[in-house]
Amino acid sequence: MTTAVLEPKTEEKTEKTFRKVAIYGKGGIGKSTTTQNTVAALAEMGRKVMVVGCDPKADSTRLLLGGLAQRTVLDSLREEGEDLELDDILKPGYRNTLCTESGGPEPGVGCAGRGIITSINMLEQLGAYEDEQDLDYAFYDVLGDVVCGGFAMPIREGKAEEIYIVVSGEMMAMYAANNICKGIVKFAEAGGVRLGGLICNSRNVDREADLINELARKLGTQMIHFVPRNNDVQRAEIKRKTVIDWDENCEQASEYRALAKAIDENELFVVPTPLEIEELESLLIEFGMFN
Amino acid sequence: MTTDPTSLEALKEEMVAAYPKKVAKKRAGQIVVNDIAEGEVVPEVKANTRTSPGIITQRGCCYAGCKGVVLGPTRDIINLVHGPIGCSFYAWLTRRNQTRPTDDSPENFINYMFSTDMQDGEIIFGGEKKLAEAIREAYDIFKPKAIGVFSTCPVGLIGDDVHTVSRQMSEELGINIFGFSCEGYKGVSQSAGHHIANNQLFKHVIGLGDEAPEGEFKVNLLGEYNIGGDAFVIEDLFERAGITLCSSFSGNSSIAQFERSHLADLNLVMCHRSINYIAEMIEEKYGTPWFKVNFIGAEGTAKSLRKIADYFDDDTLRENVEKVIAEEMAKVEEATATYRPKLEGKKAMLFVGGSRAHHYQDLFAEIGMETVSAGYEFAHRDDYEGRKVLDDIKVDADSRNIEELTVAMDEANYRPENAALKEKRASEGMEFSDYKGMMPEMKEGTLVVDDISEHETELLLKRVKPDIFCAGIKEKYGVQKFGIPCKQLHSYDYGGPYAGFSGAVNFYRDIDRMVNATVWKHLKAPWVA
Repeated sequence: MTTAVLEPKTEEKTEKTFRKVAIYGKGGIGKSTTTQNTVAALAEMGRKVMVVGCDPKADSTRLLLGGLAQRTVLDSLREEGEDLELDDILKPGYRNTLCTESGGPEPGVGCAGRGIITSINMLEQLGAYEDEQDLDYAFYDVLGDVVCGGFAMPIREGKAEEIYIVVSGEMMAMYAANNICKGIVKFAEAGGVRLGGLICNSRNVDREADLINELARKLGTQMIHFVPRNNDVQRAEIKRKTVIDWDENCEQASEYRALAKAIDENELFVVPTPLEIEELESLLIEFGMFN
Repeated sequence: MTTDPTSLEALKEEMVAAYPKKVAKKRAGQIVVNDIAEGEVVPEVKANTRTSPGIITQRGCCYAGCKGVVLGPTRDIINLVHGPIGCSFYAWLTRRNQTRPTDDSPENFINYMFSTDMQDGEIIFGGEKKLAEAIREAYDIFKPKAIGVFSTCPVGLIGDDVHTVSRQMSEELGINIFGFSCEGYKGVSQSAGHHIANNQLFKHVIGLGDEAPEGEFKVNLLGEYNIGGDAFVIEDLFERAGITLCSSFSGNSSIAQFERSHLADLNLVMCHRSINYIAEMIEEKYGTPWFKVNFIGAEGTAKSLRKIADYFDDDTLRENVEKVIAEEMAKVEEATATYRPKLEGKKAMLFVGGSRAHHYQDLFAEIGMETVSAGYEFAHRDDYEGRKVLDDIKVDADSRNIEELTVAMDEANYRPENAALKEKRASEGMEFSDYKGMMPEMKEGTLVVDDISEHETELLLKRVKPDIFCAGIKEKYGVQKFGIPCKQLHSYDYGGPYAGFSGAVNFYRDIDRMVNATVWKHLKAPWVA
């Protein structure tokens, strides 16, 4: 597999570009938290951002909205039928970010994957992605691993064009990241989706930054930012706020600002080169995990 | 002449030559030149195996076998399909099952199609609520005695539990409601659906009744589905002979018949493939013996009626049976005298079902026509080679996917006198619980093709040039473009009944009309130079 680099994006922000970003990663790794904190920083930079939560739990926009208040796309679709308006499902959050949750069935019934597909189609039908929304970014926050076709919906053709994988130095998180890369390869061949980088959400594993840098190198990408572990994130979460919203001067706020800036300025978009499992394991040995 | 085995082997080679190597190898195991060794041992046919992707097959799906074939002909059970509307619409009234409501079962739902009309919302959030509502609505409008719920593919994918909903609604409404996990993708063909239908009828319906019909010789007729009125013909013969039909599975049947079917003295199996499971399970639980009958063809009908009389060994019954046969055979002989000279020596091919490809060979033989090639759509090895191979059949993963019920003797309702009579008759040489299969009764040097493909069909037509080809609606017009008439033996086109003696006469006449029609000589496709 060769590493394909996309055409660099235009530097000047005078001409508006609309970037569609999907965030993937192992369940519990901190995708929703990282996404919302990064989006808050982008909003602070003056970017207009829409967040599309693609998890049946509908908790991807809680920190931006200050609570789990809104009705999901699928709830609205079920109740309103034909008469659905964009305003019914797209709610303004922190610094005019636009928030929407796809929603889905209760655990153990129906088909959440089909729900994601229906809900993203509905957002398109209603014009959530049209020019008049004047968006700089749309972020898709997607549940856990890519368990079925529905959860790959955000990276199908015409949807998200760049992907960031949230990962830590833990074996299973890296394993999931590698698996997601396999999915990206498949969709990169069919459409235009590319990997923008790994976001390391630190779990305080030894030599974690080195490890993720090396993993990123082997995958043909970069570690776009190392987010250190800091309990301020949890403190803000309890208040239903992003870190920037909770205390704009705290140390962690600048970490998310740095991540947002790196994404905003990112030019490295690749088709990843997933690792064989043995290769992945040897990485861990090399970095001292098993010694 | 193609009955020369070497040319048939060459034809087989030609058939599989078009396939990729692996597929060719598989198909070669399903195409066999018939050869009958001592003890009616015939070559092994690979059957009941997956159709290779890309091949245009005749086969249907599990749902079709369960709802369409086995339960479809029953008039007073509401057959509610849980699924998107297409599964219902395209299965609506396609089987030509006829029925005649009676005073004790006046309802007839066969003309209706009941569906939950699943939409996006039910797929995403689950369809159990809508199913419960649909059951309630169907009950409120029609007040049926029973409701069967049939699962289509998406139901299995999203995990709706039709069995729990059925049980809960049964408690709420106070009628018998039972579900079938017959999702279309299960198994390799509709055969899986037959098995599932058998299992659920056995679990939820058979044995619930406690009143047998009046009559000395009570039988169930299994695997007769009343296409084009076949069941009416057989019922008439039974009545005239003094044989009482306790239950039919399931042509012209009612749920009350199913419920009392364990009270019959004898089970008669027509379509071995689709219903042998129920025959076996009833025998184990209640002691009712079964044997194979065939009411397709005048000879087969006479033989089957005589076997019933021999089983009960009653003089009046035997006299009545002989009287019926004598009356009917007079008309049959008159008909064969007319049609046989016009059809003698013509060649037929039969590619249909799980028993029809066998049974109809008898009818063709009666008018002097030879079946040069035949095969089933969804049958298993025992239907080709006979039940003697049952122990040798490898149970693959696809078959394991279908529940196999463990049946125990019902101490209270077991009828040892029936089991004892079977013992006695068996010691006198009567055969029970057996089906010898299609191939031992076919001529040597005929070509047997299991799950025939469109491509193989075309080669057969080109090389062997039969005078008539029998299959279903999907094959009909493709075959006729070769200038060869195609008789549908699923639906009988618009004809029938073809069962019993009068049905045989109908068949001779219809085949004469098709084979000797001059229209085929004038048929020339415009693109053929």
